[in-house]
Amino acid sequence: MPIIKDHKTDGLPFSDSPKLKARNVNVFYGEKQAIYDVSLDIGANEVIALIGPSGCGKSTFLRCLNRMNDTIEICRVDGQILLDDDDIYGSKVDVVPLRARVGMVFQKPNPFPKSIFDNVAYGPRIHGLVEHRDELHEIVENSLKRAGLWNEVKDRLHAPGTGLSGGQQQRLCIARTIAVDPEVILMDEPCSALDPIATAKIEELIDELRENYTIAIVTHSMQQAARVSQRTAYFHMGQLIEVNPTDLVFTTPQHSLTEAYITGRFG
Amino acid sequence: MTDQQLTTRAKVERSMTRRRRAEMRFRAYGVMSIAFGLLCLVVLFSNILGQGLSTFRQTVLEVNLHIDGDALGISRQSSEAEISAADYETLLKNFMREKAGATSRDDRRLAGTLVSVGAPWQIRDAVLANTDVIGDHLRLEIIMDDDVDQWYKHDRDIGQPGRLKDNQIKWLESWIADGSLHTRFNTTFFVNGDSREPELAGIRGAIAGSLLTMLVTFLLSFPIGVAAAIYLEEFAPRNRMTEIVEININNLAAVPSITFGLLGLAIFIGLFGVARSTPLVGGLVLTLMTLPTIIISGRAAIKAVPPSIREAALGLGASRMQMVFHHVLPLALPGMLTGTIIGMAQALGETAPLLMVGMIAFVVDVPNFISDPATVLPVQIFLWSDSPERAFTERTSGAIIVLLAFLIVMNTAAVWLRRRLERRW
Repeated sequence: MPIIKDHKTDGLPFSDSPKLKARNVNVFYGEKQAIYDVSLDIGANEVIALIGPSGCGKSTFLRCLNRMNDTIEICRVDGQILLDDDDIYGSKVDVVPLRARVGMVFQKPNPFPKSIFDNVAYGPRIHGLVEHRDELHEIVENSLKRAGLWNEVKDRLHAPGTGLSGGQQQRLCIARTIAVDPEVILMDEPCSALDPIATAKIEELIDELRENYTIAIVTHSMQQAARVSQRTAYFHMGQLIEVNPTDLVFTTPQHSLTEAYITGRFG
Repeated sequence: MTDQQLTTRAKVERSMTRRRRAEMRFRAYGVMSIAFGLLCLVVLFSNILGQGLSTFRQTVLEVNLHIDGDALGISRQSSEAEISAADYETLLKNFMREKAGATSRDDRRLAGTLVSVGAPWQIRDAVLANTDVIGDHLRLEIIMDDDVDQWYKHDRDIGQPGRLKDNQIKWLESWIADGSLHTRFNTTFFVNGDSREPELAGIRGAIAGSLLTMLVTFLLSFPIGVAAAIYLEEFAPRNRMTEIVEININNLAAVPSITFGLLGLAIFIGLFGVARSTPLVGGLVLTLMTLPTIIISGRAAIKAVPPSIREAALGLGASRMQMVFHHVLPLALPGMLTGTIIGMAQALGETAPLLMVGMIAFVVDVPNFISDPATVLPVQIFLWSDSPERAFTERTSGAIIVLLAFLIVMNTAAVWLRRRLERRW
C-alpha cells in the first residue's frame, strides 16, 4: 500500500517540451510494489535530478526509462512511458535500438576489460554507426573529448580501460555512452564511488552535456542535485512527492516530506 | 571501578590460554592431515615407480647373425613374400644352441627358449629392411624372453634363479661378462600394441585408443557443455522446467560411471548400432560422463563474470547474444577451459563405463580411426593387472606411470591456461 493515499504529485511534474513522458507508472517486483502511479515529464535538454531516501524507487524509476528493468525477471512495469510520443513498452518495441537512444551510466564505473579505444568504439561498432576506421577514430576522439578525458588518455588509447582511476573510468563510461549518440542519458548515482575532485569534474561535464542531451540523474547528494539540475523530483516510498525547479525545492519545498528530507530529518 | 577492570582483564587472560591451546590444536590437526596426505602420495609414487620404472629397460642380446641364404632358401633377388616366409625361427634356434654350446637334448631346448618368440620377426624385419645382409652377417639386438628379462633386472642382484635353469644362468652370465647381454631403453613398450608375450607387449595401441577416444569426447562435450552452460545461465527462463533440468545435471555429476556404460551399451550400441569396442562409442559414453562436469564448471565461470559488465553492454544497446559473446564468454572462457580439461582428465582415467561397451577386448593392432577396435590406457592397465606373468605386473605399473604423466601434463595445462587467459578487471 502506498504511504500516502491518493497522493497527487505537488509542483510541476510536466514540461512544455517533453522528451520523455511517464504516465501512471507502477512497478512491481513479484508481489511487492516498488513504484506507485508516477507521472513525470523529462524535458528536452534539461537535467532532472531524482532524489529521495534509500529504497524510495528513484533508481527503479530511472531504469524503467530504458527498460533495463527487463533484465530482472520478476519485474513488471505498468503504465506508459513515451519517448518522443512513442510508447517504449509497446508490443513491437525492440529494446536494442531503444537503449541506443536512451543511454545509461551506472553507479560503479564499469568499463569493459578491454582497451580504452575499444571501450568507446564498442557501441558504434555493434550498432554499425561507422563504415571506416577513420570515422571510428573520429567518434572515439570526439567522445573522449566531450567526456573531458582525451588529454589524459590520448597517448595510451590501447591501454586497458580498467587501469584508469575511478574518476577517469567513470568519464570513460560517459564517453562510451555518448559515442552511440543517444538522445537521453540516464545516470544512476554516477559519483557515489568517486572522490570530490573526480565528482566536480563529472558535474562540470554534466553541465556541458546538457546542451546536446536530455539527462536524468539519480543522486544521494542534495548539493549535487542543487549544482547540476534544473528540476528536482523527490521520491518517497515509491511515490513521487514533489517536482519543482531545483532552487525552489531547496529553498521553499512545497511538501512537508520534501522539507523533512532536505533539512536532514531522515534519509 | 579499578576492581572491575582488573577482573575483566583477568577473565580475558584466563580465557586466552584456553583459546591459544584450541588454536594450536586446530593447527596441529591441519598439519597432521596434510602430512598424512603427503605420506599417502609418497607411498603411492614410490610403490608405482619402484615397480614400474624397470619397464622402461629391456634386456637384449647383441648378436652377429649369419643370414645363410641357402639354408633359408632365399637370395638377395627374392621377392618380399619369399623373404617374409623364410624360416628365421630355426635359424635363430640353431644360432642360440651354437652360442650356448648346447649339446644335450635338454640344453638345446633351454638355449632356444632364452629369446623372445618375437625375435624371429625381428630378424625378418631387419632382413626386409636391408636385403644386402642375405648371405652376410647381421648385427642385431635380440629381445630376450620375459623370464630372462625379469631375472636380469630383478633376481640376479639378489642371487635368485627366477624361472631359469642353472645351465641357462651359466650361459647368460658368460654373455653378460662378454658384454653381449645388456639392457637398453624399452622402445618396444612404446611402439607395440598389446601382446600375450610380456616382452612384446606395448602401450601404443592403448595410447592411440585413448587419444582417439579423448578426441571424440572433447569434440562432443566441449561445444555441447559450453552451449548448455550459456543457455542455462543467460537465456533460460527461471521456471520449474529449468529447475528440474538443473537438478538433474547436478545429480548426473554424481552418478556412478559404470551406469553411463550401461546406458551407452543400451542406447549407442543397442539402439543406434554403433560398433562396439571403438573409440567412437567409448567417446560417446565418456561425453555423457564429462558433460555434467563441463556444464557445472562452465556455469560457475559464467556466474563469476560481474553483473556490471552485463549491464554495461546491455545499457549500450547490445543484444543479449552480443553481450554473451562479446563480454561474458571471453571472461568466462578460462574457467570453462579449466573445467573441461579437468573433465577430460577424469575421462582419460575412466575404466568402468568402457568395459560395458566392449573396450576391454584384446586388441593387438594400433587403431588409426575412431571406428577401429581399440582399448584405452586404463583398460589396458586393468587387463595387464589380471595377467599372471610377473613381467605383466611390471608393465602394469609402467603403464600407470605413463597414464599419470598424461594426467599431470593435462592438469598443468589447465593451470597454465587459466593463468594465461585470465583477465583482471
